[in-house]
Amino acid sequence: MKRHLISAADLTRDDAILILDTAEEMARVADRPIKKLPTLRGRTVVNLFFEDSTRTRISFEAAAKRLSADVINFSAKGSSVSKGESLKDTALTLEAMGADAVVIRHHASGAPHRLANSGWIGGSVVNAGDGTHEHPTQALLDAFTMRRHLAGAADGGPVHHRGPGDGTGRDLEGRRVTIVGDVLHSRVARSNVHLLGTLGAHVTLVAPPTLLPIGIENWPCEVSYDLDAVLAKSDAVMMLRVQRERMNAAFFPTEREYSRRYGLDAARMAALPEHAIVMHPGPMNRGMEIAAEVADSVRSTIVEQVSNGVSVRMAVMYLLLGGAAPPAELPAAATARTEEKNS
Amino acid sequence: MSTDKTLIRGAKVLGGDQQDVLIENGTVAAVGTGLDPEGATVVEAAGQVLLPGLVDLHTHLREPGREDSETVLTGTRAAAVGGFTAVHAMANTFPVADTAGVVEQVWRLGKESGYCDVQPVGAVTVGLEGKQLAELGAMADSAAGVRVFSDDGKCVDDAVIMRRALEYVKAFDGVVAQHAQEPRLTEGAQMNEGPVSGELGLRGWPAVAEESIIARDVLLAAHVGSRVHICHLSTAGSVEIVRWAKSKGWNVTAEVTPHHLLLTDELVRSYDPVYKVNPPLRTEADVRALREALADGTIDCVATDHAPHPSEDKDCEWAVAAMGMVGLETALSVVQHTMVDTGLLDWAAVADRMSFRPALIGRLSGHGRPVSTGEPANLTLVDPDYRGAVDPAGFASRSRNTPYAGLELPGRVTATFLRGKATVLDGKLV
Ligand SMILES: [Zn+2]
Repeated sequence: MKRHLISAADLTRDDAILILDTAEEMARVADRPIKKLPTLRGRTVVNLFFEDSTRTRISFEAAAKRLSADVINFSAKGSSVSKGESLKDTALTLEAMGADAVVIRHHASGAPHRLANSGWIGGSVVNAGDGTHEHPTQALLDAFTMRRHLAGAADGGPVHHRGPGDGTGRDLEGRRVTIVGDVLHSRVARSNVHLLGTLGAHVTLVAPPTLLPIGIENWPCEVSYDLDAVLAKSDAVMMLRVQRERMNAAFFPTEREYSRRYGLDAARMAALPEHAIVMHPGPMNRGMEIAAEVADSVRSTIVEQVSNGVSVRMAVMYLLLGGAAPPAELPAAATARTEEKNS
Repeated sequence: MSTDKTLIRGAKVLGGDQQDVLIENGTVAAVGTGLDPEGATVVEAAGQVLLPGLVDLHTHLREPGREDSETVLTGTRAAAVGGFTAVHAMANTFPVADTAGVVEQVWRLGKESGYCDVQPVGAVTVGLEGKQLAELGAMADSAAGVRVFSDDGKCVDDAVIMRRALEYVKAFDGVVAQHAQEPRLTEGAQMNEGPVSGELGLRGWPAVAEESIIARDVLLAAHVGSRVHICHLSTAGSVEIVRWAKSKGWNVTAEVTPHHLLLTDELVRSYDPVYKVNPPLRTEADVRALREALADGTIDCVATDHAPHPSEDKDCEWAVAAMGMVGLETALSVVQHTMVDTGLLDWAAVADRMSFRPALIGRLSGHGRPVSTGEPANLTLVDPDYRGAVDPAGFASRSRNTPYAGLELPGRVTATFLRGKATVLDGKLV
């Protein structure tokens, strides 16, 4: 694996499977009475958030703490950053503080890439979402969730909503994933197209043409303007958040029309294969892109995605900072308990 | 400082036969072979190419207002290093050059610098706001003698204002230089709209935003019988429109920047704001079309769009970085690399695209003249065999925002003469 995680496109199939398998190990740690591992003791992880996202920040924070890292939360709001301090000066400050990893969330596409490649800092950079570019750990947790459901049975097939399985060692070869909504402005869609393709899945993006970027025909996926046409052949449907304000810029006429053409309601859900799952990266607009009864149905993995996020982020930090030790060599719970006492 | 008399010995004049050129009292006194060096400073120029002093139609000198990025003095020194003897200073300063007072101030600063003539460009509208015509006549009648008017940095997007400006400047043989950018189609735009912008998640600046304005403006110019100049034309579609307008016999001229002749939007993948410029870097196909258009004369001239910015405006994330690149000191090398070494232009044509035609469009007298007896001695000597990596630390410009740092480019200006006085000699400022 590379030193940074900036784009899902940076991950090879082996990298991705190593992360997902490590995340399975991490998930097992979460089931223990003591949820902590000593792996990153004495290491400093900075959560550098230029954009409000409590859910993502908490997820990274929980992940780092479970690995015993020291966590510094650096929020742009109310700090020197909001008073005009540049990304460069902030980075130099973090470097002086000895940050081993910087988890950065930024409203500008490319800011994590800039941070990782400008020589301002020496530690690892993890992209926690940049503008309308990428959100690689979201794609990893989505792939992790899909693998558990669609390749988690003993025979490598779907678990048919009988609880999440364990797809350790497997990829998503041949699974059909439909991603619906504001692809143009979605970092989640971009990262998922890269990662799911690497893992062998077939991705179809569904959106009104206004919400698809120019040049999408070159992306390694299918594109459809018609949600109903693709539902029957979807193993997973991922609904993207659509900001209501987009209609003011004429991306679509009204909320109601958007919802009617591209929202996932109960009738559409019924058209899915029996084993298919419904996903959403959150936060949801219930009634807009997803109906409440769909979000709360047995097919919905939305709550699970949140807990899987912690496992996946633990795996990413573990692999970036703790070295490339295979997950089998993770310390046992007993060791963790001892370390816990000593700390 | 040079003496009054200089003999340039053995230079290939406009890339042709080797000749001696004698400069005396600011003018070309003789052109021939075996000229008498008696009493003259001799510049040995065997193997080098002598061009008329280069003329830039599009330079941002930043003074008044942004002296932290460039001043008239540092900008004209950079111009001299690049082989320029005249530059047109764009109007988007602070205050805006929209009155006779400001253009005369810039013009006077140019006189004082002594490195390169500075011809101020006047704003078309007050404060570049696109609402009300600036006092174009007063600027034309001022000591600066403004003939080129532009709201560059902003597009004169109101069709009525553009029509009136085109008509009005006819009274003093002026030209409106349009920065063609439909504003609504480019709100928040960060880079060329295409496959790369889609992947990078950066808001796109579509080619149609440039082309639609150019199409409108050539039609307007034809309708009112005026001449219009298109700044930094950047797309293959724009080339087609200008080619069509010229085929109709309409009075349309256009410029291309060196960077649009060389660089593409693939470079934006680095998210390094040194590649952030307006109009944005386009595609390989656009680059090809621009080179062909410059070669066949559809595009009249090369203009640098030299846009200095302090390092803090580039040492940041892409979205907040300033747009623009410095270009005066690398322009000729990029043109040699993209046009001469590729066989698209010979040196005589380079003289045409970088001196004769821009001087004609700007209605400059004394620049863009042939290298012959009795003409003003505005001359540039180039060593085309030189190869060297671009080193921004050595720039005469106050700013370093070049996209070519470390890139090996051919050619070097070894000497520049402004009315017979050497401003650059042995490749160094005098
Ligand atoms: Zn411009």
